[in-house]
Amino acid sequence: MSKVMLRRADAQTIPLSFTLNGRLQELAVEPHELLLDVVRERLGLTGAKRSCDVEVCGACTLLVDGRPISACTTLAFEVRDRSVLTIEGLADDGRLHPLQEAFIEHGGFQCGFCTPGMILAAKALLDENPNPTEDELKHFMHGNICRCTGYKKIIESIMAAAKFMHGSRA
Amino acid sequence: MLRPFRLEEPESVKEVSELLGRFGESAKVYAGGTELLLAMKEGLVHYERLINVKNVKGLNELASDNGMVRIGALCTHRQLETSPLLQQKLAALVRLEQNVANVRVRQVGTLGGNLCFAEPHADPGILLLALGATMVAERASSKREIPAEEFFVDAYETCVEPDEVLTEIRVPVPARNSGVAYLKFGYLERPSVGVAVAFQVQESGRSIHDIKVAVGCAGPAPKRVPEAEEQLKGKSLDEATINISKAGEIAGRAAQAISDLHGSQEYKEHIVGVLLKRAFQNALSQYRAVQS
Repeated sequence: MSKVMLRRADAQTIPLSFTLNGRLQELAVEPHELLLDVVRERLGLTGAKRSCDVEVCGACTLLVDGRPISACTTLAFEVRDRSVLTIEGLADDGRLHPLQEAFIEHGGFQCGFCTPGMILAAKALLDENPNPTEDELKHFMHGNICRCTGYKKIIESIMAAAKFMHGSRA
Repeated sequence: MLRPFRLEEPESVKEVSELLGRFGESAKVYAGGTELLLAMKEGLVHYERLINVKNVKGLNELASDNGMVRIGALCTHRQLETSPLLQQKLAALVRLEQNVANVRVRQVGTLGGNLCFAEPHADPGILLLALGATMVAERASSKREIPAEEFFVDAYETCVEPDEVLTEIRVPVPARNSGVAYLKFGYLERPSVGVAVAFQVQESGRSIHDIKVAVGCAGPAPKRVPEAEEQLKGKSLDEATINISKAGEIAGRAAQAISDLHGSQEYKEHIVGVLLKRAFQNALSQYRAVQS
């Protein structure tokens, strides 16, 4: 899909204003446009990946108002007046988020394809539950699949980030 | 890839019903979209219009009065799994909701959408059958309450009329002297077998005076199994514990299991029996915990 889109004569456009990684973003979308396509193809943020395309794998995870969603199956107009966070917006002024640091330090990725989704889902988890048990972590993260099967390192990374951010569970 | 469609955004049930009446089969109600959009992306169905019902006020409320929990059709799975009210009144439904699909689907998927889409491999309908729930369907000028038994017709088919809108799910709060459990089995994202049981024990004696058994996922639509219930109804808890294997066999045969990538027919029938036994034991220990 190029930036110059051919519009059908009867195309319906919806004005879409939302916050993307802390900045106001305004564009017009058609009802059928998917959030993943808008973010990747129209806005050039390719961290979120299209993989299973059926909400199972988590590679396209984005946070909308802090909560994880599958961008592959979210209509773009749904983020009207909401706040979207992609992996590109997680670092703060060039400083990596503790989750990103922990994934590097603990080898939380191999090929890296699932990593943006993993880290965003983990952020949603830690925002709601700062000191998760390993079981709580596994339950929350079970919808994010790592085809390299590097789960042990991923769990270690998230637990380490939780510890760093909020102190260990008493 | 989605084919283009037009979007309607009505703000009342009446408007939704009128739009459905006007556009007929070329339009479809759209709520969370977690199942509908998958079918549309796959090209299995196409609609010229989607009617976004999320701007209709009052359809995402959760309330309880006179021993009845009322769940707005637009309540998301997330809302249900985190509701303190539901935890207090319908703990079995909370446990079910905590394990629907994954955290992203629960975030946007709605209970009403789940029921109306009637995908065979879905959890909530099975437990709602055992709980004796009813579904409220409205159109511009009428409103009716549909027992869960009548709601599910076939795979992807409910008895909701083309211009009706599911607005509310009503669930009677189980009495203190009851036990409720839902168990599922599956190795893929969706369950391949789901079994629910809800029973009430007589205040005086120790016999079961009301019991509902429901099965789903294995066949085209969730259903009650009265023949299995007969094996347990009126029996003492010990007798019922003995009869549960027989009831499980009956429920397995009644499940209308089909062979597919989730397992063979025989396998699923067997699993129904295993799950019914475990669900009954589970419900029984809950009942005993409350009594002691």
